[in-house]
Amino acid sequence: MPPLDELFDETFAAPGVDWWVLVPQIILVGAALGLLLVASLTPRALPAWASTIVTIATGAATAITAAIQWTDWGSAPRSTLAGAFVSDGFSLLITVLVGAGVVMTALVAHSALDRYAMAPPEFAALLLASAAGAVVMAGANDLIVLFLGLESLSIALYVLIALAGRRASARESAMKYFVLGAFSSAFFLYGIALVYGATGGTNLSGISEFLFGTVRDNDYLLLAGVALLLVGLGFKIAAVPFHFWAPDVYEGAPSPVTGYLASIAKAAGFAALARVLYVAVFQQGTAWSPIIVALAFASLSVGAVMAICQSDVKRMLAFSSISHAGFVLVGLAAVSPDIVDGLWTNFAGSVGAAADLGDGVSSAVFYLVVYSFMALGSFAVLSAVVGSSTDPDDGTSRHDLSRYSGLARRRPVLALAFAVLLLAQAGVPLTAGFVAKFEVIRAAVGEGIYVLAAVAMVTAVVSAFAYLRVVLAMYAPEGAAAAADDAPTARVSRPRWGDLPLTTVLAIALAVAVTLVVGVLPQTLLEWSADAALSIFP
Amino acid sequence: MSDLLRSYLTVAIFGAAAVLMAFAMFGVARILRPQRPTPQKLIAYESGVDPVGSDWTQSQIRYYVFAVLFVLFDVEAVFIFPWATRLEVYALFGLVEMAIFIFILVLGLFYAWRKGVLRWV
Repeated sequence: MPPLDELFDETFAAPGVDWWVLVPQIILVGAALGLLLVASLTPRALPAWASTIVTIATGAATAITAAIQWTDWGSAPRSTLAGAFVSDGFSLLITVLVGAGVVMTALVAHSALDRYAMAPPEFAALLLASAAGAVVMAGANDLIVLFLGLESLSIALYVLIALAGRRASARESAMKYFVLGAFSSAFFLYGIALVYGATGGTNLSGISEFLFGTVRDNDYLLLAGVALLLVGLGFKIAAVPFHFWAPDVYEGAPSPVTGYLASIAKAAGFAALARVLYVAVFQQGTAWSPIIVALAFASLSVGAVMAICQSDVKRMLAFSSISHAGFVLVGLAAVSPDIVDGLWTNFAGSVGAAADLGDGVSSAVFYLVVYSFMALGSFAVLSAVVGSSTDPDDGTSRHDLSRYSGLARRRPVLALAFAVLLLAQAGVPLTAGFVAKFEVIRAAVGEGIYVLAAVAMVTAVVSAFAYLRVVLAMYAPEGAAAAADDAPTARVSRPRWGDLPLTTVLAIALAVAVTLVVGVLPQTLLEWSADAALSIFP
Repeated sequence: MSDLLRSYLTVAIFGAAAVLMAFAMFGVARILRPQRPTPQKLIAYESGVDPVGSDWTQSQIRYYVFAVLFVLFDVEAVFIFPWATRLEVYALFGLVEMAIFIFILVLGLFYAWRKGVLRWV
C-alpha cells in the first residue's frame, strides 16, 4: 500500500460557477442575512415598515432579475455548479412566481404582524430564506441540491408559523407541520439513497442518461426510490393521501403565512416534482404515470368532498387547495406510454417528440401560476376580514362561515373581491381559473386519460358548491352574527383605505387583477407556460 | 438476485447470527441458574444510587439553548475538519467558501448573542 500522501495526491478542480445564474438566490439570501444583521445591530427594534419595504424590494428584484434572465437567455437551459443547478424557462418562471408571492405575502403580513405579535425583521428574514429555498428547488438539477432547497423552504416555514407562537393554535400548527414535515423529509432522503443505489448518481440529467443508456435486469430498487421521492414531494404539495397535515396547519397558521404556504410552498413542490418526473425518471413514465393519476384522482375527490363539509372558511380553502393540487397533478399525469416509447427511440435532443408532451406540463405550470395568485388573494381577504373585526366570544372559529354572512353589506368592495377570487377558484368563465381548468382537462383528454378528465370536471362542480356557499353567505340580506362585527376597531396608526390596511388592499387588488386579466387575455401566460414547460425536457 | 443484494446477504446472516447468539446465551443462563427473586436484586448494584421518583423529571429549559448552540457548532466542526485536512488541495476556492460558511454561522451566533439568548437568566 502506498503512503497516505500519495494516495490522496489528486488536485481539486473547483466546478465552474456561472454567477449570473445564481443572482436571484444571492439576492434573496443576501437580503435575509442583511436583515438579520441589521436587526441585531440596531439597539431598538426595527420598525415594521422598514422590513416590509426591504422584503417587497427583494421579492420584486428577484422576480425582475429572473424575468430579465429569461428575456436575455431565452428558455434554453444554462447549467452551473457542475450541472447541479440549472436555469431554464421553467425555473425562471417559478422564480418570478416566487418573487411575486414574496411581495404579496409581505404586503398582506404588514398589517398582520402586530396582530400576531410577530417580530418584523425575523418574519421578513424567514420569508426571504424560505423563498430562496423555493427558488433553489425550482432550478435544482441534482437530488441533493433539491433536498437542500426543500429543507431551506421547510425549516423557514416551520419557524414562520411558530413566530406567531403567542397563539396556541399557531404553536400547534407549527408543531404538526414540523413533525410531519421532518417525517416526509426522511422519506425523501431514503428515496434519494435508493435512486442513487439504482442509478449511481444524484444528478437528474445523469440519472436520465443512465436509464435511457443501459439495459437492466429489473428496476425494483429504482421504483422503490421513486415511490419514496413521491411520498416526500406529495407531502409538500399536500396531495391525498399525504394531505392530513394541510387543513390543521393552514387553519392554525397566521393567514398571510397560510397564503404563502398554499401557493409558493406548493408551487416549489410541484416544480421539484415536475423536474424529478420529467427529467430524471422520465424513462419510467409508464411506471409512475398511474401513480400520479391515482394521486390526482384521490386529491380531486377528497379535496372537493371535504371542502363542502367545512363550516370554517379557512379550512374550506385548505381542502380546496388540496383539490387544486389534484388539478395540477392531472396536468402532470398527462403523459401516455407511447410518448415515453417515442422519446426512447429518438432520445438525445429530439424536440419533435417533446413538442406534444409539453402540453400536460404546460397546463400544470399555467394552473400553478393562476392558482397561486388566487390562493394568495383569498387568504389576504381572510386576513383583512379577521383583522377588521373583533374576536368571537361565542366559541366559534375565527373564520366561521357565519362571520362572513352579510359581508357584502358591511364591506361591499372586499366582498366583491372575495367573490371574484372564489368564483375563479370554482372555474367560472372569464376568470383565470376557468382557463386553467380547461387547459388541464384538455391536456388530459389529449393524452387519452378520459376517466381522470371526467373526474376533474365532476369535482370542479362539486367544489363549486363550497365556494358558492361562501359567496351566497356574503350576499345574504341579514347575517346571524353580523351585528357583533359592526364595531370598528380603533386603529389610526397606519394609512388606511376605508378602515382596511392599504397594503392588504393592494395585495388583494393585485390578485384580483391577475385573475381577471389572465381570465380575459390568457394568451401571453399560456405562451410563457408552454415555453417554460418545453424547456425542462432533455 | 443482483450482486448488490447478494453482498448484503452477508450482513443479513451476520445480523441473524448476532441476534441468535444473544438469545442463546441468555437462554442457557436462564435454564442453568437458580431462581430466587428478592426485591433487593432489582435496585442498583453496589455503588449505584437508589432510584427516587419517576423517570419523567423536568430539566432546566435553559440547557436547551446550549444544546442547540452545541449542535450548531458540532455541525460546523464536522464540515471544517475534512476541509482543514485537505486545505492545500482546495486552495483559495476552498478558503473563500469556508469563510462564507463560517461568516453565516457567526452571523447566527451574533444574532443569538444580541437577542440575549446567551445570557443565563
